Amino acid sequence: MIAVAAIVLSDLFAVVMLFGVYSLLTAALFMNLHAVDVAFTEAAVGAGVTTVLMLSSLHLTKRWEAMPRRNPLMGLLVVGITGAALVYAVQDAPLLGDPAAPVHQHVTPRYIEQGEAEVGMPNLVTAVLASYRGYDTFGETVVIFTAGLAVLLLLGIKDDPRLRPGMSAIGDQVVLRLVVKALLPLILLFGLYVQFHGDFGAGGGFQAGVIFATALVLYDLVFGEGSARAVMPPRWLHRLAAIGVLVYGGVGVYSLLAGRPFLDYSVLAHNPVHGQHLGVLLVELGVGIAVFSVVLLIFYAFSGRSRRR
Amino acid sequence: MLTAAIVAILVTMFLALIRTFLGPTEYDRMLAANSFGTKTVLLIALGGYALSWNSFLDVALLYALLNFVGTIAVMRFFEYRNAPEEGNGPESAA
Amino acid sequence: MTAVLESLSSLCLLLGGVLCITGGVGLLRMPDFFSRVHASGVTDTLAAPLLLIGLLLQMEWSLDSVKVILILMLVLATNPTATHAMAKATLHGGQQPLVFDDEESTGGEDTSKP
Repeated sequence: MIAVAAIVLSDLFAVVMLFGVYSLLTAALFMNLHAVDVAFTEAAVGAGVTTVLMLSSLHLTKRWEAMPRRNPLMGLLVVGITGAALVYAVQDAPLLGDPAAPVHQHVTPRYIEQGEAEVGMPNLVTAVLASYRGYDTFGETVVIFTAGLAVLLLLGIKDDPRLRPGMSAIGDQVVLRLVVKALLPLILLFGLYVQFHGDFGAGGGFQAGVIFATALVLYDLVFGEGSARAVMPPRWLHRLAAIGVLVYGGVGVYSLLAGRPFLDYSVLAHNPVHGQHLGVLLVELGVGIAVFSVVLLIFYAFSGRSRRR
Repeated sequence: MLTAAIVAILVTMFLALIRTFLGPTEYDRMLAANSFGTKTVLLIALGGYALSWNSFLDVALLYALLNFVGTIAVMRFFEYRNAPEEGNGPESAA
Repeated sequence: MTAVLESLSSLCLLLGGVLCITGGVGLLRMPDFFSRVHASGVTDTLAAPLLLIGLLLQMEWSLDSVKVILILMLVLATNPTATHAMAKATLHGGQQPLVFDDEESTGGEDTSKP
């Protein structure tokens, strides 16, 4: 219902808010399916970062959706055919939670039974994400890095001389500044907690990177772009993004140099289980750094531009 | 009693949602969205305990934070658009 | 869990729920933005700690309880700030509170104060 309203409304501001609510409801659905890590990431990214980024891009363009000039019939036909094909294909899919489904055979019982013993952490999701399927996660991190690169190439971060510390958009809100100043260290601390607690509960590098970026985005929103750029200049962010990906790749290359396959963490310590745990920790750190810097770079790229008349 | 509280929160969320659709000005919508978000935090906390989700408190804490950031973002981009030309500068920094 | 804690928890949850609904109804029925922001802000900021304390009393003391206390403090800190910021932003945007002028000057409080 919310999705339909988001399509129908032409007031893009309301659409952005509806997207935030939609993300939240999806996160609640994931929680109900006991996929806590995914719900965490969906809430962090969908309800937080995406809303802020869409609002800042809305700030640059028009608020009301322009009427389409072409006849949408061809698009409707393509979408209809694709949707019908997908629905037909889904008929063959196994039911949710069916124990005989292929995804529950083969490798998954091994992950569930031996995951904690082999990798040394109770949270199976992090174990699968960072150790058993570490190569996929490396690909995801590189994709995030590439997205940041693409935004930098397309938009660029303007070094606006008007952006000096102290110039604030939200001018006279004294109470807000005070409370936000007190809140920021706590947000960063929560981000650190989420980063390193990902082994035991919900959390991990992706969520923690987004939380760190949210802290700086909050600082930027309340105290002005100049202050945020004085704290975290875009130059550093360029380097940090690369460092995040390199840490991840470096762990892999180290295990290559030690004679084992790429991203085999057993060689990192004397005991293979400790090695796995250490490897997951380092890899999640790399992911966290990369996600933090890319999200913040994208935010800088969007928000630093002023509307041209 | 926990169920009654959860039902009360759901009813309030529905009422806030009505105000989001109705509200004559955007400020009303912003207010109703903020209220919706606060109620969502409470819903996740209470509902997660009732349904025995794991790590539900982390999600509730995160969303309490994001609700605040979202409200500030909406205010900044909707109300205080003309930045950084209009800025009260260091003299009003707390 | 003793009966005292359980009844206290039920009382807190009941009060919190009632306050929530009151706030929601106020949000819908108040005539003006500023009265709505007052209704919603006050009731949300009180209902949230009440509900969370009710939840806290039902849990055993563990890391989860500390997290509930953290959520409580965060909501107590951010909800009034967001309310204040919104009210100030609305004033900045030019909305004025609804003022009812009486023919005879009753000397009541000046409703146009923000």
